[in-house]
Amino acid sequence: MEKRVTFKGLWLPLLLILPQIAVTVVFFFYPAGQAIWQSLFIPDPFGLSMQWVGLGNFEYLLSDPYYRTSFVTTAVFSILVTVVSMAVALYLAVLADRLIKGSGAYRTLLIWPYAVAPAVAGVLWLFMFNTRVGVVTWYLGQLGYDWNHVLNEEEAMGLVVVASAWGRISYNFLFFLAGLQAIPKSVIEAAAIDGAHFWTRFRTIVFPLLSPTTFFLLVVNIIYAFFETFGVIHTITSGGPQQATTILVYKVYSDGFVGQDLGSSAAQSVILLVIVSILTVVQFKYIERRVHY
Amino acid sequence: MAEQTGMVEKRGLGLWLTHLGLIIGVAFIFFPIWLAFVASTVENQDIIRPPMPVWPGDQFMENYGRALTAGINAPVAVMLWNSLIMAMGIALGKIAISLLSAFAIVYFRFPGRQLFFWLIFLTLMLPVEVRIVPTYEVAANFGMLNSYQGLILPLVASATATFLFRQFFMTVPDELAEAARVDGARPMRFFFDILLPMSRTNIAALFVILFIYGWNQYLWPLLITTDPEMNTIVMGIKQMFPSGDDFAHWPTIMATSILAMIPPILVVIGMQKMFIRGLVESEK
Repeated sequence: MEKRVTFKGLWLPLLLILPQIAVTVVFFFYPAGQAIWQSLFIPDPFGLSMQWVGLGNFEYLLSDPYYRTSFVTTAVFSILVTVVSMAVALYLAVLADRLIKGSGAYRTLLIWPYAVAPAVAGVLWLFMFNTRVGVVTWYLGQLGYDWNHVLNEEEAMGLVVVASAWGRISYNFLFFLAGLQAIPKSVIEAAAIDGAHFWTRFRTIVFPLLSPTTFFLLVVNIIYAFFETFGVIHTITSGGPQQATTILVYKVYSDGFVGQDLGSSAAQSVILLVIVSILTVVQFKYIERRVHY
Repeated sequence: MAEQTGMVEKRGLGLWLTHLGLIIGVAFIFFPIWLAFVASTVENQDIIRPPMPVWPGDQFMENYGRALTAGINAPVAVMLWNSLIMAMGIALGKIAISLLSAFAIVYFRFPGRQLFFWLIFLTLMLPVEVRIVPTYEVAANFGMLNSYQGLILPLVASATATFLFRQFFMTVPDELAEAARVDGARPMRFFFDILLPMSRTNIAALFVILFIYGWNQYLWPLLITTDPEMNTIVMGIKQMFPSGDDFAHWPTIMATSILAMIPPILVVIGMQKMFIRGLVESEK
């Protein structure tokens, strides 16, 4: 698609696009290039010189049990966050869609968590489940359950998953509700006349018609879980206990800044770069399809 | 549509069950926020001897006053101000440079146009999280640590906003540009007098999304600001927890958490229509 009518000029358009390109090159491409370059070296212990190791950093990483565990942790974490937040959001959207009056009021209430930063969500959930003062911890204790996410790996994972999914419900809810409202009521009523009950209608008509929304949300939520949940993990568990909640993004940070292992951190950046690229391509492929409907 | 009652809408018991289900959902969503609010209105003793109360206490003014003026590492009022500058800088900066680049890409033919477009597109694949260390080094070399430029500039490029404006400019009738050209109007005159006013709703919708994006940043401010006076509120909360085994001062921390939520919540609720529009548009 191109404009028929354009303005003449060479310097003006270059000048107009310059700020964006300058920021892009200085803060995006140069650092990304640096990451790729650094991933091929290891600095000597005094940081004075760099030694070329080729793909050594990658070989080391892929044979490092901690890194492999981090991959599994990331996969488990992303799947759980995606499934939990989408399931709750779909449940709420289906209910809100059944209302003629009042769904707007629920929508206003349900979009709040979108505005809450992941790091703040982390602090809120940490407070409820704090091992010493948490309200939920205390009531669980009364029931005879000893909650301690500081020591227990499954509980730590459960807590960061719930805190991350909580913040994501609003977003998924809005897209599911929009998707549901776009389904023609006549289709559903026709099925109702044929005697299909709610669950049958949902399974055979609503859910299939909702599949473009669902697929889109799957991709977007996985990207969210991979890259935007750093704040939740940093505030609640700092990757612990025993690295049980160290997802890949957290590991780049902790190896690069806390551990100062620059070669490894750079190699991890490159691997993440490949993952984002794949996810972005998937997202855009899908969107291309949606445009052609 | 509005008054018509379809046969699949629930009445009676079903309607009540629907409301009940939604109310349970809303309660689940609000429970953490409510507890944080309660904790921000009581004394620390009420919290460190669990279970904490479920209804607000009488320390509202004391706790918020103490947080805003003294805080723990820095007054929260200062952190709020830093967050406001960062969020506004990122939102307005992204909108400004994206409007200009979309204008250049759509309304001019110049060498490298496609290349530039792809360069902007590729930034989608480079979130801060994957280039943490080298980006930090660049910012440090520019002397941008502990500065507003450092907080804002590295996040200000935007593929999403550029696409959105490009899509929108494509739908603007050619006759308008034609007329402007015939009248001898210079390109920037056309941009400011015609294109910019027409983009108002898109700009507003995008602003909501980008403001929240900027306000809620965590990792970048964590790296770039070591001086508590430069902390943003979202990253500053974690810094308020004592290291070691001391008890945290929960009322102050929770008052800060509530303060950190208020501006983005006001923006989302106040501009709800714009927000939903922006959300859907920017994901296209």
